[in-house]
Amino acid sequence: MRCPAIHDVAASPAAAPQRRSTVRTVVVGHVDHGKSTLIGRLLADAGALPDGKLEAVAEMCRARGMPFEWAFVTDALRAERDQGITIETSHVRFRGRARDHVLLDAPGHREFIRNMVTGAAASDAGLLVVDAAEGIRDQARRHAALLALLGHRQVAVAVNKMDLVGHDAGRFAALTEEIASLLASLGLAAASVVPTDARAGVNVVRRGEPLSWYAGPTLLETLERFQSSAPARGLPLRLPIQDVYKFDERRILVGRIESGTLAVGDEILFSPSGKTGRVASLEGWPAPDDPPSSAAAGQSIGFTLTEQIFVERGEVASRADAPPPLTDVLAARVFWLGEEPLRVGTACRMRSGPAETEAVVDRIEGAVDLLAEADRAGAQSSTDALPRDWTAKIVLRLRRRIALDDHRFGPTAGRIALYQGGSPAGGGLVDLSDYPDQRPTRRSTNVTPVAHRVDAVMRARRNGHVGGVLWFTGFSGAGKSTLAVAVEHRLHEIGYSAYLLDGDNLRNGLTADLGFAPADRAENIRRVGEVAAILANAGMIAIAALISPYRAERAKARAAAGPHPFLEIHVAADLAVCEARDPKGLYRRARAGLIAGFTGVSAPYEAPDAPEIRVDTGAEKVDACVEAIVDRVRAAIPLGRGDRALRAFAVFPSDDSRPDKRRKEPKTNDVAQEPVSIEDGASPQ
Amino acid sequence: MDDLQSLESQTIHIVREAFARFERAAMLWSFGKDSQALLWMVRKAFFGRVPFPVVHVDTSYEPPEMLAFRDRIAKEWALNLVVARHDEALAEGMAPTRGRLACCTALKTEALHRVVARRGYDAVLAGIRRDEEGTRAKERVFSPRGSDGAYDAARQPPEFWGYGAGPRPGGHVRIHPLLHWSEEDVWRYIAQEGVPVPDLYFASAGKRYRSLGCAPCTKPVASRAADVEGILAELRETRVAERTGRLQDQEAEDTFERLRAAGHM
Repeated sequence: MRCPAIHDVAASPAAAPQRRSTVRTVVVGHVDHGKSTLIGRLLADAGALPDGKLEAVAEMCRARGMPFEWAFVTDALRAERDQGITIETSHVRFRGRARDHVLLDAPGHREFIRNMVTGAAASDAGLLVVDAAEGIRDQARRHAALLALLGHRQVAVAVNKMDLVGHDAGRFAALTEEIASLLASLGLAAASVVPTDARAGVNVVRRGEPLSWYAGPTLLETLERFQSSAPARGLPLRLPIQDVYKFDERRILVGRIESGTLAVGDEILFSPSGKTGRVASLEGWPAPDDPPSSAAAGQSIGFTLTEQIFVERGEVASRADAPPPLTDVLAARVFWLGEEPLRVGTACRMRSGPAETEAVVDRIEGAVDLLAEADRAGAQSSTDALPRDWTAKIVLRLRRRIALDDHRFGPTAGRIALYQGGSPAGGGLVDLSDYPDQRPTRRSTNVTPVAHRVDAVMRARRNGHVGGVLWFTGFSGAGKSTLAVAVEHRLHEIGYSAYLLDGDNLRNGLTADLGFAPADRAENIRRVGEVAAILANAGMIAIAALISPYRAERAKARAAAGPHPFLEIHVAADLAVCEARDPKGLYRRARAGLIAGFTGVSAPYEAPDAPEIRVDTGAEKVDACVEAIVDRVRAAIPLGRGDRALRAFAVFPSDDSRPDKRRKEPKTNDVAQEPVSIEDGASPQ
Repeated sequence: MDDLQSLESQTIHIVREAFARFERAAMLWSFGKDSQALLWMVRKAFFGRVPFPVVHVDTSYEPPEMLAFRDRIAKEWALNLVVARHDEALAEGMAPTRGRLACCTALKTEALHRVVARRGYDAVLAGIRRDEEGTRAKERVFSPRGSDGAYDAARQPPEFWGYGAGPRPGGHVRIHPLLHWSEEDVWRYIAQEGVPVPDLYFASAGKRYRSLGCAPCTKPVASRAADVEGILAELRETRVAERTGRLQDQEAEDTFERLRAAGHM
């Protein structure tokens, strides 16, 4: 049996200052590369083990008839001792010279990756252990990727078992280079790479003869240089509301400030409700003599408002001039740890801090198996299900709009969790770069609407039909413009006043100042939606033809049209068909990387769930599509003299001067679905 | 923020999550140092109130000084105190002499299961810490338990970024808001906040209790620490484990592990 000894304590416990920071380091790497041994040795050599612990481990080993096993120091559970692997993340504390340390002993065994996530998410830094003889194995590669996904920036590497390569400096230098390029590919950089022989205790706490060629920091010195994560101070205020207490006459809102500061007197905005309030007091217990007037990131606080407004758990408080984006759709790079795969089309609970909503998986792309032995060449770009221990980029549609930041906003921002059976089963970092902020923009105030003397009814009587909107949406090259031009012509021929708003044409004027970034696309759709609504108000059929990739923005265009019939027409040609047509050569340039953010190639397209009309220009001829659309328009917006023309109003427009007329008219959509015949004389056909 | 403020903020956040997400929460209260520090932070979280019952699992073997302390604090802090005692087991003569594992199992673990089931608690807060002992080091902050209350260290849901297990049908969730604190952190906090703790922690005649439990199974350690500062000074030097005086841990290599697997706090 090898006899353990406690070596000189490099980290003296005696000279401890009162206030010390604690840094949490997760230890990861391939199974059998010596993580637990390294930790056991570190604890022993740093003098951090309770008296009798080494003797107890020695006794256990003797009872099992095996040589002294350093890993038993931390493998506290019987099951682990018997199987020789670490099942669960274990937290081990010790006192260093400059700071206190918690080492999280993450498992390397393939069954237990969710425990590694648990350990890694709770730590400030990562220590990757690599076997000097075996080199970087795939598991270590994926552990490093997971550290990056969990937001780690501080990483160090121990090249362990140097005795197995004869303590060779050349082998170490080659491995160091390989490690550096792996980390760089993940956006990480190693604070240091340390050659160690943990069993012999070389370069863990003490230096040793066989590795005397190494001049860098020891492992303990490396850990001592890590910083504990600090809350974000210089950023705008984000205060997710956890709860509202009304134990007495006070109505106290509570939560933890994730970034920024909050002070008495501040005007704050709650999202997504859009309510505003002014901070009246910061509450504390025991009631301080001198109550604080401000609070900063990291603090769990309670505060009251000058006026009572109804705010719920899950809202986010911010300044009005720097609010979080609102969205009901998001992309995220996620890890999935649930027993059941995450499937496209199925719903689960999603949490973003205290905010919780149902989310449906819309797409799963670029899936990677965290446990695979090797990267699979040409991995599927898109898949229907994400199995346990895989990561992928996914798109989620939320049941309601919530306030949430992109993960690049701040250290704790954009972190979501997906729940399955009441427990977290997956999580990830939100990426909003492909989606616009859905916060309603309204900067004008003190505006008083003026009433027209000519109303929609009068206009409809003159035109022979009510105003309406036909909204063509689909990929570039799907045939929107072709169909819209033909439909405009056909409607004109049969007696409708119709006008085409083509996206490309408008970009010469109305929307000439807009590009193709998500926010610009949203604004483009908003403007065209407003103009279409104006044309409809004027009594015409507005025909809008633009890609309009976002469901939420199309919904706004529909809302803008008010009571006028709004027919969403999905020009649903397959992307492959559109790409093969490529009438403007845009796909070719997008694929060549010459156009950024091209819908279907490098930007999302959200197909309508329930369009009024869907035509597949890949399968049907143009004429047939036009006829189908025109037939549907005739049904929804009948031509006719007098009141017949008014039957298309979804909700009859408010018209107080004509109460008698109003009573007679239908108020639901149903009438628009009835088959109608065209009255003689009403149509020039 | 210094490190204690940061620890306190995390604990308050967890306590508020427990209260917001669960319908019937309760807190286990042994009036030891960890329980007392946690209860103090519960009062901070709710601005002086304790908005759920505090449960004392009473084995009938606690030292009388502790029960006197319990009653005084319960009155002063206006606690809704629930005392859970396994009277049937006691009537049948359960005692440490029958074996410490059997005794702890009946008077603590079973007593706890019974009160949780009878009162229908869906969340049970407990002031355990990771650095106390190896099996507790593996715990989650939100630790889901089935109807039998058992703990399976090898099958725990992941926990990350503050997201943990929520309410579940037919079981409850143990919630551990002090999991990330160390023994020294707790004593520094008690000193800073002036949290009352039983006198048994302080040295008398050269001995003090480092960890409090039932009188027959808890032994004092040699100490000259007469106040919290003295305790802190000793902790910085010590190489003796916190639960050294808890005899049930030492009956066999894995006694405490087995107790915890059965649902012990």
